[in-house]
Amino acid sequence: MIENFPPAIPIGDWVADGIDWVNEYLRFLLDFIKVTGTAINDALVNVLLAPPPLIMVLIFAALAWFVRSWRLGVGVVVSFLLIMSMGQWTQAMQTLALVLIATFTAIIIGIPVGIWAAKSARVSAIVKPILDLMQTMPAMVYLIPAIVFFSIGVVPGLFSTIVFSLPPGVRFTELGIRGVDKETVEAGESFGATDWEILRGIQLPLALPTIMAGINQVIMLALSMAVIAGMVGADGLGKEVVGALSTINTARGVEAGLSIVFLAIFLDRFTAALGDPADYPHSLLSKWRARRERAMKDQEVKEQAVAPAAA
Amino acid sequence: MSAISASNIYKVFGRRPEAAVKQLQAGATREELQKRGNTAAVIDASFEVEPGEIFVVMGLSGSGKSTIIRMVNGLLPLTAGEMSIQGEPLSKLSSSELLKVRRHKVSMVFQHFALLPHRTVGENAAYGLKIQGMNRTEREAKANEALEMVGLGGWGNYKPGELSGGMQQRVGLARALAAGTDIMLMDEAFSALDPLIRRGMQDQLIELQQKLGKTILFITHDLNEAMRLGDRIAMMRDGRIEQVGTAEEILNDPASNYVARFVADVDRTRVLTAGSIAEPPYAVIGRELGPQAAHKLLRENQPSWLLVVDRQKKPVGMVWEDDVAEAVRTGRHDLPFSTRHEMPLVDESTPVHELFERSAQHRSPLVVTDPDGRVAGVIPRVTLLAAVSGGVTEEPSSKEAEGANL
Repeated sequence: MIENFPPAIPIGDWVADGIDWVNEYLRFLLDFIKVTGTAINDALVNVLLAPPPLIMVLIFAALAWFVRSWRLGVGVVVSFLLIMSMGQWTQAMQTLALVLIATFTAIIIGIPVGIWAAKSARVSAIVKPILDLMQTMPAMVYLIPAIVFFSIGVVPGLFSTIVFSLPPGVRFTELGIRGVDKETVEAGESFGATDWEILRGIQLPLALPTIMAGINQVIMLALSMAVIAGMVGADGLGKEVVGALSTINTARGVEAGLSIVFLAIFLDRFTAALGDPADYPHSLLSKWRARRERAMKDQEVKEQAVAPAAA
Repeated sequence: MSAISASNIYKVFGRRPEAAVKQLQAGATREELQKRGNTAAVIDASFEVEPGEIFVVMGLSGSGKSTIIRMVNGLLPLTAGEMSIQGEPLSKLSSSELLKVRRHKVSMVFQHFALLPHRTVGENAAYGLKIQGMNRTEREAKANEALEMVGLGGWGNYKPGELSGGMQQRVGLARALAAGTDIMLMDEAFSALDPLIRRGMQDQLIELQQKLGKTILFITHDLNEAMRLGDRIAMMRDGRIEQVGTAEEILNDPASNYVARFVADVDRTRVLTAGSIAEPPYAVIGRELGPQAAHKLLRENQPSWLLVVDRQKKPVGMVWEDDVAEAVRTGRHDLPFSTRHEMPLVDESTPVHELFERSAQHRSPLVVTDPDGRVAGVIPRVTLLAAVSGGVTEEPSSKEAEGANL
């Protein structure tokens, strides 16, 4: 009897059966996702590749200057020109498109779930182990159902990227909202604000730096999935790396790898600055804001000076 | 109709709070409940706050005062009992009606200001009005008015983080004033401020209250603050209200040893007024009487002076023993008013700490007058000293004193 303990449980078969069931009966949904996913990806890639690459480099540099500093702008010019020199520009834009779509989707799903988890201890208790599973399950494993669902191409790559990069979006949102000063939320309640008004006007704005840190993490994880996505046939730098690996081509591998690094550094610095604008007083955005605030204060001082004179 | 009325309210945290209330009513103690995992924050508390009154709830941390203030505007629902705002019981309100009460009837000021750091001072002050649904121009005007009132005119476009703590709390005050509610709840509103600034804020609050006639429920752990601000004070301990009364009532007639021990350290001279410590004017003589009558009175009462009053009981002057004796000897017919000693008059509302200098300057007792200028009493120097040393002469028994250990 003891030999039969523990009994064999075919967990894997059950999951596989479930996947087969979805594949069979939700085919229309999977096809719809595949068609729209491909269409959106192609459209974004076309947009990113439409202008001459030099113009795109300047646009990225200007964005970097706008939200962070002229130094990052210079860094972007140098590193992105290097990507061009290595002949990886097209692949880099394809990867960027994939990362952007995956991040956008992960935010759309992750932030509402995070808000819900912050409001309800029960939801939080259910969501947490699921997130742990998503993050610790080796990424290759959910590549398998992704291929079952969507065969090869960009959509299975997107699917596994979204699954892998979603958790920090949820976690940081929950953390951020739970971390909002309790008294400030009470202030909203005590003046009769509805739950929605408190969320919009108090909790989300005050949690924004934390949520943006989460989005930064989402982007970084999405980028780290680029290679995995390349394995299932998504075009981009990942495909280059996979190709280099299969042909033992060191030169090609290094060039694609470096391009991923440059892209990662840009995205990381850029989104970090978006989350905490106050930390970057030399960005164009901060300068413009400061000037406007100063102008408003000056105007008020003038009004104050005029008022007694009029009286 | 009371502005706020709490009758037998309970607040118990933890599982099955209603059952815990039943146990409390049956005589269970707070500690027994604690063992079962229930925290009794407020136990059988009742009080009424009248319109236009500053009502202070005073207690140490953990006494339940912060819980009580949150039950007034429904941030915390009651476990048992009834809370009414302007005669309207909160338990009968739907959640949307409760929102209306919070928008239009009760506003709140917080210990750590609770301002929105990403909004300007002006937007913060207008917050309540925005929630009420007022349009931008109107609410900006009202918010500016409120900011002027608290002395922050011209700061509207700054961010709260650019202001000092005292100024930030004045923004919190402006936010509550701008909302235009009759009732204001102040939760340890000045406790996070420096003593000097706190003092200024207290003065400003009293001034605003006198001007606007708001009903204020003020929570504090600082007894001196409670005595300065409160028209009436509720003393809380371990979730229960031990005593409700004016500062003088609590000082002079503490309901329990706990309260007595608590108020033992209060600077009585700032709370007590001349009227409350004055003795009845026992040695008084009508101004129409002569030295003979004065002499007789002096012999009977044995003070060294007599207070001379007119028919309206207004003080006219004082006569002293030796002058009277001299007048009797020389056969004068009018009262020999003293030329060496003046008659120091003080109004009955003068705080006691302002009396010392006057008392030291004069050998005569201080003569206390009521608002109509009539004699309300006298304060000989010895009475003044006795009042300051504390009216509570009985030492609390040692066992109870331990229980009230502060």
